[in-house]
Amino acid sequence: MRLSLIVATTAMVASLPLGLVVALLLARGRFWGKSVLDAVVHLPLILPPVVTGYLLLVGFGRRGPIGAFLYDWFGIVLSFRWTGAALACAVMGFPLMVRAIRLSIEAVDRKLEDAAGTLGASPLWVFLVVTLPLCLPGIIAGMILCFAKAMGEFGATITFVSNIPGETQTLPSAIYTFTQVPGGDAGAMRLTLISIVISVAALFLSELMARMVGRRIAVE
Amino acid sequence: MNPVLDIAVRRRLGDFLLDASFTSEGRLTALFGASGSGKTSLVNVVSGLIRPEAGHVRIDGETLVDTGHGVFLPKHRRRIGYVFQEARLFPHLTVRQNLLFGHWFVPRGDRRPAELDKVLELLGIGHLLRRRPGALSGGEKQRVAIGRALLAEPRLLLMDEPLAALDEARKAEILPYIERLRDETRIPIVYVSHALAEVARLATTVAIVENGRIAACGPTADILSRPDLAARPGAPEASSLIAAEVIGFDEPFGLANVKTRAGPLMIARGSLQDGERLKIRVLASDVMLSLKPPTGISALNVLPGRIAEISERTGIGGSTVHLRLICGEALIAARVTAKSAELLELAPGKAVHAVIKSVSVETP
Repeated sequence: MRLSLIVATTAMVASLPLGLVVALLLARGRFWGKSVLDAVVHLPLILPPVVTGYLLLVGFGRRGPIGAFLYDWFGIVLSFRWTGAALACAVMGFPLMVRAIRLSIEAVDRKLEDAAGTLGASPLWVFLVVTLPLCLPGIIAGMILCFAKAMGEFGATITFVSNIPGETQTLPSAIYTFTQVPGGDAGAMRLTLISIVISVAALFLSELMARMVGRRIAVE
Repeated sequence: MNPVLDIAVRRRLGDFLLDASFTSEGRLTALFGASGSGKTSLVNVVSGLIRPEAGHVRIDGETLVDTGHGVFLPKHRRRIGYVFQEARLFPHLTVRQNLLFGHWFVPRGDRRPAELDKVLELLGIGHLLRRRPGALSGGEKQRVAIGRALLAEPRLLLMDEPLAALDEARKAEILPYIERLRDETRIPIVYVSHALAEVARLATTVAIVENGRIAACGPTADILSRPDLAARPGAPEASSLIAAEVIGFDEPFGLANVKTRAGPLMIARGSLQDGERLKIRVLASDVMLSLKPPTGISALNVLPGRIAEISERTGIGGSTVHLRLICGEALIAARVTAKSAELLELAPGKAVHAVIKSVSVETP
């Protein structure tokens, strides 16, 4: 269960910067291949999770092209490790995060950015002190969605990194294991309750944060 | 000496062609024209929000844009304060943070200590500092927006119909602050408006914008009284803008005697003080012409003068004629029917008496 939290948090934090960049590109960018990028980002949402997990295994496995590169150059192994579980969760949660952030960036009034520009703020500063704070609620929502998805992710994780107790056994896979052995009902129920508590807590936290931010930027 | 503003730009925006050029020496230059005439596009070019296809923008001799020499300063390096129609305050910042936003980005070499206290006093917004924009009234927001632009130490202040979204009471609340801005700061102002009363009250120079072009540009009193401009279809009525000084009162009747360059006038006393200087405006339709000194009429103000200019017949069926008279040293705009003009044989140089039916005080 601690492992699950670590995996989910890592997935959330690690995908945030990339999620921001991709959301910004999709919301504001005008470039060739934008719809292709959009499709690729959303792919994990539509594909069966097992397919995503398999693709990760093929790509990031020890002998996969990317996995081999990471191992040879950095000694990083993802498959059958908790880091791999985090990667699988991040990939699965990524579209949800990008969607939420993108919507909030699109909702930011361009006129406010123009105003900041005439006041002497360069485009980078405009982004940092106007755009970013104004879409903070969306970013928080995206992070929570990604976290929740990561907590519950099962298909891609079990395909990519299997179900190794203490290494890659996240909450859902642990529950699954319990249901597969006779007399495991009590254990499964216990984990189910924990999982409900964590989900409700995450939801509550996100609501709280969104409200705090929302009060600060109460738009007229 | 370079003109304050020297602008000549061309830019196609869809079906609309902006092709405007003018220079101005005025402290407050009004861009006056109907909605959709290109006023906002023009100030957006000046501020850098729109990039012109050809032309130049120079302010106090400094070139911001010159397509001929490949000069185009991006908007955040122009140091132009822009007050938008809607205040556009940053909702996530307090009033104080909003005000100091631009100051923070002033290049270090040019930065002076923020004159926050002075601006707060000038605009009367000291009590709002800790609030957030969401909790302000429309008039307060607009004053904060003006203060925010001022504190960025701009070399030019652009105001795009800053009063258009406000009701009459709020307008009356802000106008005096803009007058103080014009008179007490050294920052030249470009003021966009389609309201003649605002222009008459505030502007030192007027540029008339029409279909993306500058139809005329000059001192306010001259532009507002020009017969040829008033004669154009859709143009606002001509009026005379005259500086005046209170020299005495007619106590029993509640009137004030004022001295003007056109001659002495009597106006309602209101709250005027002895020696006070003001600006009065007379609409062309409130001026009646008489060949002889009129007697037995109710109007108190009659000024002798002669006709300086007379326009072609205009209006439906050519029923109207616009004229400009010289009374004393001032120009007075008048409007009469074409029939009267013919009956009185009005022509340039002819001596007439202008009977003024009503006078409005522009700057109390």
